[in-house]
Amino acid sequence: METKENIVLIHRKVALVGNPNSGKSTLFNALTGMHQKTGNFPGVTVDKKTATVKRQFEKKTFSLHYTDLPGTYSLYPKSLDEVVASRVLTESENEDKPDLVVIVADATNLKRSLFLAGQIIDFNIPCILALNMIDEAEKADFHIDKDRLSNRLGIPIVEVSARHKVGIEQLEKLICGEANEPSYRFIDVSHIAGEAQDLIKKEINPDLKDYQALHKAHRLFESNKEWREKLAAVGFSPSGAQAEESLLRYNIIGEHIKVCTGKKAERPPLNKKLDKVLTHKTWGYVFFLLIMLIIFQSIFFLAKFPMDWIQSGFGFLQTFCTQKFPPGILTDLFVNGILAGLSGVVVFIPQIALLFFFIGILEDSGYMARVTFIMDKLMRKIGLHGRSVIPLMSGMACAVPAIMSTRTISNWKERIITIMVTPLMSCSARLPVYTLLISLVIPNQIVGGIFNTQGLALMGLYLIGFVSAITAAWVISLIMKAKEKSWFIMELPVYRMPKWSNVFYTIFEKVKVFLLDAGKIIVAVAVILWMLSAYGPGEEFQKTQLGIISLKTNVPKNLAANPASSDHEKLLAKNYLADSLIWDFQYKKLVSKKLELSYAGHLGKLIEPVIHPLGFDWKIGISIITSLAAREVFVGTMSTIYGTVNLKERMKQEHDPKTGLPVYTLATGISLMLFYAFAMQCMSTIAVVRRETKSWKWPLIQFTYMGVLAYLASFIAYHILK
Amino acid sequence: MSEKFDTLASLVSGEKAIIVSFSDAELSLKLLEMGCTPGEEVELEKVAPFGDPIAINISGYVLSLRRAEAETVRIRKTIIKDIKL
Repeated sequence: METKENIVLIHRKVALVGNPNSGKSTLFNALTGMHQKTGNFPGVTVDKKTATVKRQFEKKTFSLHYTDLPGTYSLYPKSLDEVVASRVLTESENEDKPDLVVIVADATNLKRSLFLAGQIIDFNIPCILALNMIDEAEKADFHIDKDRLSNRLGIPIVEVSARHKVGIEQLEKLICGEANEPSYRFIDVSHIAGEAQDLIKKEINPDLKDYQALHKAHRLFESNKEWREKLAAVGFSPSGAQAEESLLRYNIIGEHIKVCTGKKAERPPLNKKLDKVLTHKTWGYVFFLLIMLIIFQSIFFLAKFPMDWIQSGFGFLQTFCTQKFPPGILTDLFVNGILAGLSGVVVFIPQIALLFFFIGILEDSGYMARVTFIMDKLMRKIGLHGRSVIPLMSGMACAVPAIMSTRTISNWKERIITIMVTPLMSCSARLPVYTLLISLVIPNQIVGGIFNTQGLALMGLYLIGFVSAITAAWVISLIMKAKEKSWFIMELPVYRMPKWSNVFYTIFEKVKVFLLDAGKIIVAVAVILWMLSAYGPGEEFQKTQLGIISLKTNVPKNLAANPASSDHEKLLAKNYLADSLIWDFQYKKLVSKKLELSYAGHLGKLIEPVIHPLGFDWKIGISIITSLAAREVFVGTMSTIYGTVNLKERMKQEHDPKTGLPVYTLATGISLMLFYAFAMQCMSTIAVVRRETKSWKWPLIQFTYMGVLAYLASFIAYHILK
Repeated sequence: MSEKFDTLASLVSGEKAIIVSFSDAELSLKLLEMGCTPGEEVELEKVAPFGDPIAINISGYVLSLRRAEAETVRIRKTIIKDIKL
């Protein structure tokens, strides 16, 4: 508590509002630095960035709670992002309702920016206009008479350049100043649907300002049946009123522009040249493919190094803890449950960071809008949006960051479809499974002079992933109902050098969100999967468990000197070699037996009748269950089951105990590969889909439809090839 | 409505026109907000490969929209001034 009398703490909620591409986020970063938190607006998956900073002005301490509202063009929302922004600004009962709004306007695009500003002024919200990118406007010889405009609008105006941190202090001073309601009306709305306004005032609140009443009429007309009839009775037409208002606004804006600004700004000529290449019908796609290749290679190969470090780091930690901690169930839980789960979470960070590094650059430079522009027609054919192309292609490396990147698709239906089909793209975790199975069942031959059969098989699997994703998208688009209309009315912003701090804020934010939100689920599932394989019913499981423990305390010791010199020592060394081979054999046998007797083993046997028609035995069944954690776990589990590192040779020798025929035939191999191509064998993806869709409904549907596809494909393939 | 208008979709690259009116109420609201008001001059900036979407130059910025959306905007073509300085 503050005891000094002359220091007062003033809390103030400040919201940043502006058009997309107005540099709003850059300004938010400049105002708040590293204090920001990312969350969601209640009930929707729209990022909500907030930050609280303390500032001192004139002996008063201000606690400024900033909220970065999603980019919007108008208070009449046309997309989910805009709905959120509009609600925060216009709902009197909204918890985020600001005391003061900073309207961020792109000075080079003043006309359109003033449209939103005018609506906020007429809504009687205390506001400041920040003319951002003022340096670019000046450079383009576009001058704005700030004081005159401020006089005409009746609100304070400050010129800033968020990129170069110019004018930030003046802006902060204004934010800490008096938060007055605007002194003039931008336009006179009293005659727009005047009777509807009167009705609202009479029945709801006589103190409402004209524009507030008009908004209320719009809102009620949309949401309330009774009100719709009442408003229609006084001749209220929402679209008519909105059109009239927009026309009136642009009329007034035209006057303001004429009086307060100089010559109209031209687009930088470099921009046109860049566009000519980047949206060219050949070079545009060549460049795009090149960019995608770089992104893909980075997530696929570059991320491998830090991922290996993370894995070996956790491996070291696991060995260390096993050795140092007293043996027992708690250590086992910690090492093989929690640590393994954490490692499964942390290991995604390099891929997420890399993908968002590139996406950050693409967004910030303005290139992303061009990708959308050249890809829209192709993507639309399968019910997707131009923006879906980046998540889909990234899905070939890893579905987790890819699904996180679908937030840029503003249309709900297009976004859901993209999320639903991205895991069908062949991700890098499938590769170890494919490599093992291909080398097992596909003969290594050359066909057509140059093509290797195994390579062709791998390519075929990638193609299957791609084709099925596209087909699934098309089918879902036919079934699913749209919540909102799909637009393509969007700005192609000018190209800019990406601002690195923006890119790094994005990476930081995405990694944090993944660790905190999806991480919880991943660790929980890892612990459950550990429990399934660490515990088992019955006495035999206990006996095996005890056998393993006693064997562990009886590791054969090498008594010979190194190097062995006398005959006796040579004999000891020879014995040691034999003993350790026997020990190793017994140990692996017991571990394998333990897994067979564990709950996971029982589950594997339980599902055997179900997977038998696909050509799978209970051993594969266990691996399918454990690899729900991640597809590549399949290989590890198979090694444990067969108790060998030379898995391929061992699997080749495997015969069916009843029929005596080999298990891993071409039919079983292909069937198993197809199963992994389609089935949703990845808890991290499930966790991320749940986070990105805000419900268990979508991950459940996804898990089911992919499972059904997997089962059908495997079944058909097995029976054709058998 | 006996008079036949051209639409925004009929422009070729570099061609200029004046917006006259809209034929789709819902789309017109969005377009109005984005600054496409009747009387405003537009120029076809470029056409995406495969002919769709298109990009127009309006009140100092570039707006892209699908061909089907552009067909709802009625325009009056202005003569291209071929003066080079």
